[in-house]
Parts: sequence; structure tokens; C-alpha cells
Amino acid sequence: MIWFLLKGILRDRHRSLFPIIIVSLGVALTVLLYTWIMGIMSDMLDVSARFDTGHVKVVTPAYWEIESQVPNDLGLFKISKLQADIAARYPEYSWSPRIRYGGILDIPDEKGETRSQGPVMGLGLDLLSPGSKEVERLKIATSIMRGRMPAKAGEILITEEFARGLGVNIGETATLISATAAGGMAIQNFVVVGTVQFGLQNLDRGTMIADIRDIQYALDMEDACSELLGFQNDMVFDEADVQRIKDDFNGHWQNPVDKYAPMMLALTDQRGLGEYYAYIKSFAFIMVFIFIFAMSIVLWNTSLMSGIRRYGEIGVRLAIGESKGGIYKRMLLESVMIGVIGSVIGTAIGLLFAYYLQEVGLDISSMMRGSTMMIQSVVRAKLTPTSYYLGFIPGVIATTIGTAFSGVGVFKRQTATLFKELET
Amino acid sequence: MENAIIKIRGLVKDYPMGVTYFRALKGINLDVQQGEFTGLVGPSGSGKTTLLNIIGALDNPTQGEVEVLGYQVDKLNHKQAARLRNENLGFIFQTYNLLPVYNVYENVEFPLLLLKKSADERKEAVIQALEWVGLMDKIKSRPAQLSGGECQRVAIARAMVKNPRIVLADEPTANLDAANSHHILQTMVKLNQELRTTFLFATHDDKVISYLRRAITLRDGMIAEDKIIQTT
Ligand SMILES: Nc1ncnc2c1ncn2[C@@H]1O[C@H](COP(=O)(O)OP(=O)(O)OP(=O)(O)O)[C@@H](O)[C@H]1O
Ligand SMILES: [Mg+2]
Repeated sequence: MIWFLLKGILRDRHRSLFPIIIVSLGVALTVLLYTWIMGIMSDMLDVSARFDTGHVKVVTPAYWEIESQVPNDLGLFKISKLQADIAARYPEYSWSPRIRYGGILDIPDEKGETRSQGPVMGLGLDLLSPGSKEVERLKIATSIMRGRMPAKAGEILITEEFARGLGVNIGETATLISATAAGGMAIQNFVVVGTVQFGLQNLDRGTMIADIRDIQYALDMEDACSELLGFQNDMVFDEADVQRIKDDFNGHWQNPVDKYAPMMLALTDQRGLGEYYAYIKSFAFIMVFIFIFAMSIVLWNTSLMSGIRRYGEIGVRLAIGESKGGIYKRMLLESVMIGVIGSVIGTAIGLLFAYYLQEVGLDISSMMRGSTMMIQSVVRAKLTPTSYYLGFIPGVIATTIGTAFSGVGVFKRQTATLFKELET
Repeated sequence: MENAIIKIRGLVKDYPMGVTYFRALKGINLDVQQGEFTGLVGPSGSGKTTLLNIIGALDNPTQGEVEVLGYQVDKLNHKQAARLRNENLGFIFQTYNLLPVYNVYENVEFPLLLLKKSADERKEAVIQALEWVGLMDKIKSRPAQLSGGECQRVAIARAMVKNPRIVLADEPTANLDAANSHHILQTMVKLNQELRTTFLFATHDDKVISYLRRAITLRDGMIAEDKIIQTT
């Protein structure tokens, strides 16, 4: 019987073509929108991971409590050993200590008097060791606007916007005024050897980037750091695996009464990203529902029309002895088949576009001016396993709902007048 | 008669007409035996189709008793009536009412799919039915590619394929020319004789009447004459 119905669908273009086109379109849009949103989401997670949160991050609870004040006195100490232990336990991740700090960057004139100064957000990370993954991770080398990469101790980069504001030129000295971990005043001279621009507004405003050893020295943080970031070696955020090592780590290192024992945070534990991630996922479901709703209405009408066209056919089938319930059931079965066919086509089309967006991307920088969101200016879709089946949900449900509503007409049909109807 | 397969007693059928009603059948008593080749004849509006409808479990009587193959037709619910039609009754209409998207073979196969017959059973029965009506060479044709006579032969094959006890045919020749009408009637006579299928027609076509072995004349919703015709 299924083959019989399928043959009918494929041969009767009036019955199948329009619904299949509607379903394909709706499904393609669903898939495309979903992969696009996932693209934005994963871009966002990726940027956050690289610049700020890591896939996982090790801190002390004491530090994390007042993290916005960058309390480096509460940071991680004896990190050489800690990092070695962690790396041995989780070799599938790579580990990088960073120091975050705040302060004032002062540009002196030739007499040593302040020429200009401004508040600075500082990042100390491994800039100088040959083959440092951090340089690649933050795409520092490719973000340089003027000057060059630091090559030795005492050389720093600052963001281009910041450099303009301070009126500092390449090769000039800048003095960092900050606080040591011990609470004393820290003053350290650096040479600005280059400027960078990441395309991330809150970072580009006023950031300096220095090698972590220089900062350890300047802030009196020998063998210490603010946070130890872990990245999955393939740089792909895997929620489940992150959860796994987080649980393992916290079971192994964390000590509920020691606020200085290291603890591990997942990417999604930080900056509200977890909520955002959940929100995006539920948005995908809302989107699916909207598509189900819109497509159902269109398909309801379509199948009403096809019901009128098939009035005679349904009449004969009733006369032959098919029950109303049987006809209704088979109409639903037909619509499921149409839904599946449309969803297959729509998913294929949607994935094709999504794949293009994933591989090539769409430059929306002109649309994004003035936005403060931490996203990159090239929109990319991302194909996730969900994108292969998500479209089938609105596709099949909408056709079925459409037919379920229009098909109830079958039950109102009187057999009493069938002979008369079939005579004409 | 005891073993009539259609047994009608005091059948009255009213159609509502605004506040009153129109009485289309006014007390019909009728028995039909297994294997009859019988026609309801009479002028237009005399109630032929109405009676066929009720016998076919498509409509309910207003009063009286109608028993078809042992079932009280007026007591069947929709589903039971559908089952009775599906299993035991074949229908042939004036307009052939084939399913346009399916070819000859599939149109004839359809009732067997509803009966959930196996593929082998279906194939055998469909080919048999198409042989009866002489359409084996048109198996793959769609209704649109067939002549009216061929379409009606497909409709007969569709009615016969499940080997029903009774075939109800309402004006089966109304859209056919003389040659095709005779061809079809001869086919039905042959099936009637070979399979003992009961045929009940509603018609005012003299060609049909000439083949009948029993003609029941309706007039104004009543049986005016019930005549056995001696065949040679
Ligand atoms: N659904 C209905 N509602 C009201 N009146 C009806 C209905 N069906 C039939 N009638 C009336 O009942 C009478 C008998 O109709 P029926 O169709 O049985 O006649 P018939 O003998 O088949 O005529 P014909 O030879 O023209 O087909 C007619 O007067 C018709 O107008
Ligand atoms: Mg009639």
C-alpha cells in the first residue's frame, strides 16, 4: 500500500509538486537559519575561548570570586609544577598560563614627563617562546597593523586604537603603572614595537599585550599566573568532553575548604555563555515551531484544494469500501511521504548553502558598524549533526498537520449521495 | 424464498425537502437470489438509484428492513458498511470513476490492497480479472489513454477482482455506444454464468434490458411489475 500511495504522489504533480516545493523551501530555510545561528554561536564561543575563557580555565575560587578586579594576589602559584601535572593528566588539551591585569599606560616625553596616559587592560601570555601556540591562537601575528611582533623581553604590542589615542609611535617607550601581587606599586618600562587590531571592540579599545615573563617580573608574580587556560588540541569546543575533564579535575584537585586550591571552569561557566548557549538552542526550537506553524497553514490550504480536486476519487474509494478512517489515515501517510521527500530536498539545499557559508562565509562588516557584540565580521554557518535532521521536524509535522486539518472533511462526506455524485 | 441474498420488506425512503419530505420509495418488498441477472427499470425519478444505494449500504432506509448477505443494512455503522462493500459488493458507475494517476493494473489492484491480500494473490486475481474483460494488452495504460468502453471494462474488472457476491451497476452503459454496450453486457453475462455473481442493474437502456433475466419495473417509488424473462 505504501508503494501504491507513493506511486500516486509521484505521478500526480498537482498533488505533490506544490507541497514538496513549500516543504523544501521551509526546510531549506530552517536548516540554513539554524546552521547560521550555530555559526554565529560557535564563532562567538571560539572567540571567547581564544581571547578570554579557554575551553576550560583553571583558577582559584578566591580569584574567581572577584575576578573583575583581577586580584592577582589570589592567582595560581607554583604553576610550573601545576601545569606539568595537569598536562600529564589531560594530554588531549594544551595548557597556557595567562596574567590579566589593569593599570595605567603612561607615555613619557624626552624629559621623562608624562606626555599622555590612559587606563590599560593588560594581557600577559607566552609571546616569545619559539612556536608558542598563544600567538597563533590569538592570531596576533596576522592582526599586526604597524610595526612587528615582539622579539625579546621588554617589547610589547598595544592596540591600534589605543596607540592613536595615546599618540604613541612605534619604537617609543611606554610605562606600565600597576600593582604587584603583594600589593605594592609596580612600574615597568616597555618598548612599543607594534600595534594590533583584533576586530573585537572591547579588546581593541585599550589593551597591551606583553610576554608573560615580563609581566611576572613586573608584577612580582614569579612562577604565578591569574588563570591557566586549556584548549582542546583540535581547537573544537566539545561540550561533553569539557564537562568530562571539568568533573575529573574538580574531583581530583578541588578542595571545598581551600579557596586557593585550583578549580576548573568550563567555557560555558563563564561570562554567561552557558545561558547564551542554552538560549540559542531554545531559539532554534522556537524557530522550528514558527516554521511548523507557517508551513502548516500554507499546506492546510494546499491540501484543502487538493481535497476538492480529489473529491471524485475519495467518493469512489468510499463506494468501493474504504472506510473514512482508512482514507484519512492514508491521506496522512501520503502527507508524511510528501513531508519526507520535501525535507530531504530542502535539507540538501539548505546544507548546500550552509556548506558554502561555512567554507566561504559572508562578509557583513558593513552591516555591523557600531555594534558592540563580540562577533567577527564574517558570518559563517556551522554544520552540526542536528542540522542534518532538524529540517525534518517542521517538514514532516507541517505537512501532517496541514492534512490532518483539511482531511477531516472526509468524515463529513455522506455516502448516501455517492451514486449521484459519481454519475456526473 | 428462504435463501435470498437480498431481502427487502416494507422499505420506505424519505428525502427531507425543507419542512416536509419527499417519499422516493413507498414500500418495497423484494427478494433477489444468488446468481440473478436482474435490472431495476422504470422512468427517470422512479427510485432506481435510491434503491441501489440502500442495497449497497451507502444510504439508510427510513422504514422497513433491508438484509444483504445476512446483514441488516440499516443497523450497520459506517465502518461495518464499508467492510460489507469492500468484501462482498462490487460497484459499477455510469462514469467509470477510475483513479486517473494509476494504470489499468493498479486500478484493478486497489480493492485488493484494501483487503490486505498478499502480493501473489493480488497478481493472480488482477490478471484473472483483466483476462475476463479482455484487457490484458492495456495493463500499463492510464485511464486517460483508454476509450470509454475500455474504461468501463476496467471498472468491471475492478468490481470483479475481489470476486464479490453482488455487483451493483447504475446505468453502466449510459456513456457507451451500442457496440461497447453489448461487449460489456456480454462480459457481465459471462461472469454471471461462470462465477454465479449476482448482478443488479439500475437502467432504462433497452440494450441492458434485453440481456436481463428478470426486470423489476419501478414507478413512483413502487414496484409496478416484476417479470422473469425466459432466455433461449
Ligand atoms: N438526495 C436526495 N434528496 C432529495 N430527493 C432526492 C434525493 N435523491 C433522489 N431524490 C429524489 O428521489 C426520486 C428518485 O430518485 P432516483 O435517483 O432514485 O431516481 P432514478 O430512478 O435513479 O432516476 P434516473 O433514471 O433519472 O437516474 C427523484 O424524484 C429524486 O428527485
Ligand atoms: Mg438513477
